[in-house]
Amino acid sequence: MITVPTTHVLMLAGALFFLGLAGVMARRNLIFILLGVEIMLNAAGLVFIAAGYHWGRPDGQIMFLFILSMAAAEVSVGLAMILRLRHHIHGLDADRAGSLRG
Amino acid sequence: MNTLFYIAGAVAVLCTLRVVTHTNAVHALLYLIVSLLAAALIFFLLGAPFAAALEIIIYAGAIMVLFVFVIMMLNLGTPTDRDQKPCLRPAGWWGPAILASVLLVEVVYVLAAGGGFPAVNAPVGPHTLGRALFGPYALGLELASVLLMAGLVGAYHLARPRGADRAEGGAP
Repeated sequence: MITVPTTHVLMLAGALFFLGLAGVMARRNLIFILLGVEIMLNAAGLVFIAAGYHWGRPDGQIMFLFILSMAAAEVSVGLAMILRLRHHIHGLDADRAGSLRG
Repeated sequence: MNTLFYIAGAVAVLCTLRVVTHTNAVHALLYLIVSLLAAALIFFLLGAPFAAALEIIIYAGAIMVLFVFVIMMLNLGTPTDRDQKPCLRPAGWWGPAILASVLLVEVVYVLAAGGGFPAVNAPVGPHTLGRALFGPYALGLELASVLLMAGLVGAYHLARPRGADRAEGGAP
């Protein structure tokens, strides 16, 4: 029987979320920025699972399923955009993609 | 049983820290996979076994394979013509291996001690989940499928080589 307080699960999710946020803001490599976004999405899913655990309802898991499908769609489009962008900025440095068609 | 949750949480935070601070993309992916496995174990402990299975199959399986494909296409890993010996030395993989074996010990302990779900009062299984997903949440399910279709079309459209790039001397 597990009796972890929901607050501790939320604290863990918050720690993971801020690690992902720090990755997005500190790294300049586009691949690592996308990894940080994935970490943040996973932390958000953990919050929904924690809510489902708190109330014993299936709704939290359903929201996690939606987050999962959204993450899959986002990462496929994001990686395709990285592959295109690499030819224009000659590398993966996000700072070199500062201007669009200027 | 509560200790299992805290150990898995510590493993998840440690692995995520290494993902953010690592410079080698493939090693960072390896740490991220261990972090997702730890998250899956936490889901299992919180009474969501179906979400835990999906976390492993879709996140640690499909999405991470997508990342590996792109990293290999971009040649961010070690060059292929280098000697294979450095990859076989434990310096690159001992960290993820130790953390993953901690998770393995936890899973074996849960399955051996609990004789099933360790879980909360009533674990929400796939049956309850499916009834709710195709009942009140049917519209959301349809929207998710449309979103996946849009992602498929968008990824194909973006990754397709274009005439202008070929004329400028870009990659074919």
